[in-house]
Amino acid sequence: MQRALPQQISDRFNFAAGVIWALRVIVAAIVVWGAVSTLTSGFYSASQWRDLFIFGLAQGGVYALIALGYTMVYGILGFINFAHGEVFMSGMMIGYFVADYLNEAGMWNGNPVLALLIVLVVSMLTSTGVAVLVERIAYRPLRESPRIVPLITSIGASFFIQYAFRGLFGAGVKSYPRMEALQGAITVLGVRILKVHVLVIVAVFIMMGLLYWFVEKTRMGKAIRAVAEDKEIAALMGVDIDRAIVMTFAIGGMMAGAAGLLYALVFNQVFFFSGFLPGIKAFTAAVLGGIGNIVGAMLGGIVLGIVESVGPILILSGLGIPAPHQLKDVVAFTVLVLVLIFRPKGLLGERLAEERD
Amino acid sequence: MSGNNHHPVLQLKNINTHYGPIHILRNINIEIYPGEIVCLLGGNASGKTTTLRTILGMVRPSAGEIYLDGERVDGLPTTEIVKRGISMVPENRRLFKRMTVLENLEMGAFLRHDQDGIREDLERIFELFPRVKERLHQKAGTLSGGEQQMVAIGRALMSRPKVLLMDEPSMGLAPVLVEQTFEIIQQINQHGTTIFVVEQNANMALSIAHRGYVLQTGRIVLADTAQNLLHNEMMRQAYLGEM
Ligand SMILES: Nc1ncnc2c1ncn2[C@@H]1O[C@H](COP(=O)(O)OP(=O)(O)OP(=O)(O)O)[C@@H](O)[C@H]1O
Ligand SMILES: [Mg+2]
Repeated sequence: MQRALPQQISDRFNFAAGVIWALRVIVAAIVVWGAVSTLTSGFYSASQWRDLFIFGLAQGGVYALIALGYTMVYGILGFINFAHGEVFMSGMMIGYFVADYLNEAGMWNGNPVLALLIVLVVSMLTSTGVAVLVERIAYRPLRESPRIVPLITSIGASFFIQYAFRGLFGAGVKSYPRMEALQGAITVLGVRILKVHVLVIVAVFIMMGLLYWFVEKTRMGKAIRAVAEDKEIAALMGVDIDRAIVMTFAIGGMMAGAAGLLYALVFNQVFFFSGFLPGIKAFTAAVLGGIGNIVGAMLGGIVLGIVESVGPILILSGLGIPAPHQLKDVVAFTVLVLVLIFRPKGLLGERLAEERD
Repeated sequence: MSGNNHHPVLQLKNINTHYGPIHILRNINIEIYPGEIVCLLGGNASGKTTTLRTILGMVRPSAGEIYLDGERVDGLPTTEIVKRGISMVPENRRLFKRMTVLENLEMGAFLRHDQDGIREDLERIFELFPRVKERLHQKAGTLSGGEQQMVAIGRALMSRPKVLLMDEPSMGLAPVLVEQTFEIIQQINQHGTTIFVVEQNANMALSIAHRGYVLQTGRIVLADTAQNLLHNEMMRQAYLGEM
C-alpha cells in the first residue's frame, strides 16, 4: 500500500511520455510519407524547389529581424511584447509615405539606392520611436508588477497602435511604388534569384551581423546582457538599468523598422493591420529558436520562413491535399505547436526552466 | 592599524532600515577606518545582508546617515555609490553565468575608462587567482563554486574600490577553500583595500579581522577588537561553537 502512490505517479509519467513518443512517431511518419510521395511524384522541378527555398530564406530573414525584438525584450524583462508587430507595421507605414513622396519627386526610380536608404532610415527611426515610447508609457510604470500585467498591457498597446494608425491614415491598403531597379532576376553562382530577394537576404545578414557584434562586443551590449541576467548585480556594477532597457527596445525597433521596409519591398502592400501576422510569425520564430536567445531568434526566423515556404508543398501535396501553398500559415502555427510539445525550450534555448523565477 | 587617529572611510550613524513595515536594522553604528578588515558577525536573518544592501543604496535607510570619506552617501543611487568607491562580493557570488569570465571581470570595471589601469588590475587579479586566467573565455556558469568565488572577488576588485564589502565569502566552500579565501582577503587588504566582511563563520572571520561587530536581530550587541571578541564569554557561547 505504501509503495502504491509513487508507483502510480511513475505509471502516469510513463503514460504521458508514451503519448508524446507516439505523437512524435506519428508526426515523423506523416512528414516522411508526405515528403517521399511528393518527391517521387516528380511533379516539382529542382529549380522550383530552389525558388521556394530562396523565397523562404528571404521571408524567414524578415521574420528573424522582427523576432530579435521579441526575444531581446523577453530576455531583459521576461514578458512577450505583443505590440512588437505594430512597431514593425509603423515603420513600414511611415516608410510608405516617404517612398510615395520620393516617387512623386522622381527619386524612387531616379536614384533608387539613395531612396532606399532614406526610406530605411525613416522606417527604422519610426519603429525605434514607437518601441521606445511604448516602453516608456506602457511598460516602465509596470516594472515592479507581475509579468502577466505588462503582457496584457502589450496586447492593449498593440490594439492602440493599430487603431491610432487607422485613425491617422485610414483603413485602406497602401501600395509601395514599384521600383524598376528591383524588378527581374539576376544569376548568382548559376542560380537565378529575384533581385528583391537578393537585396532582402543581403540586408538581413548585414543587420544580424551588426546586431550580433553590438551585443557581444560593445560596452552597451554587455551591459544589456548583464541586465538580462541579473538586474540587481548589473546595477551594482554601475549599469543604468533604465538605459539598458530603453536601448533594448530601441534595438528591437531598429531591426523591426528595417524588416518593415524589406517586407514592403517583397509584398508591396501595407495597412494598419499589416503587423499582426508577421508579428505572430516572428513570435513563433523566437519561440522556435528559444525565447531569450538572440542567435536562436535568427535561426528560428530563417527556419520558420523556409519550412513555411517549402513545407506545405513538400509534405501536404504528397498527402493529396489540394492547394497546399495556401496552407502556409497552418504549417507555421503547426510548427509552433510541435515545438511547444517536443522542445519547449526551442532549438537553442536552455535557459527558460533554469532561471526565470 | 585600527588607528582612531584618522577619520573613518565608511561610517554608519544610527541606521534604521525597513522592508515595508518590517523593521530590520535598528540604530546601527559602524565605523570602518582606512586599511582595516572589519567583520560583521551574526546568525541567519540577523540583518547582515541588509546592512550591506543599505550601504550600497540597494535599499534606503528609513533613518540615519552613511558617510563615505566624510561625505554623505545615503539616498544616492547605487551607481553613484559604486562610482565613489564601494563594491561588493554578493552573497552566493551572483556571477553573470552566461557571460564569460573575462566579461564578468570587465563588468566590474564598467564605470572605468582608464584602459591601462584596467589592464593593470586584470594582471593583478591573475596574480591573485592564477586559475581565473586559465578560464578566461569560459562561461562563468560552468565554473566550480570555488572558482566562481575567485571571479566574484576579482569582479568586485575591478572597480578599484576604497572599501570592499563581502557577504559571507565562506558560504558553500570546502574548509580548505575557506581558508584560502580568507588568506586572499588578507592579501587584498595588505595591498591597501579596506574590507568589511559579513560572516557566520566567526572563528575564521575573527582570525583575519582587526575589529568586529556582532549583530543580533538587527541590533549591534557587541563591538570590539577581534582579539577581545575571540575571548568574549558571550561570543564563545553564541558564535564560536563552545557550549
Ligand atoms: N526584500 C526583503 N523583503 C522583506 N524582508 C526581507 C527582505 N530581505 C530580507 N528580509 C528579511 O530581513 C531579515 C534580515 O535579512 P538579511 O538577509 O539581512 O539576513 P542575513 O543576516 O543576511 O541572513 P543570512 O545569514 O541568512 O544571509 C530577515 O528576516 C529577512 O527575512
Ligand atoms: Mg545574508
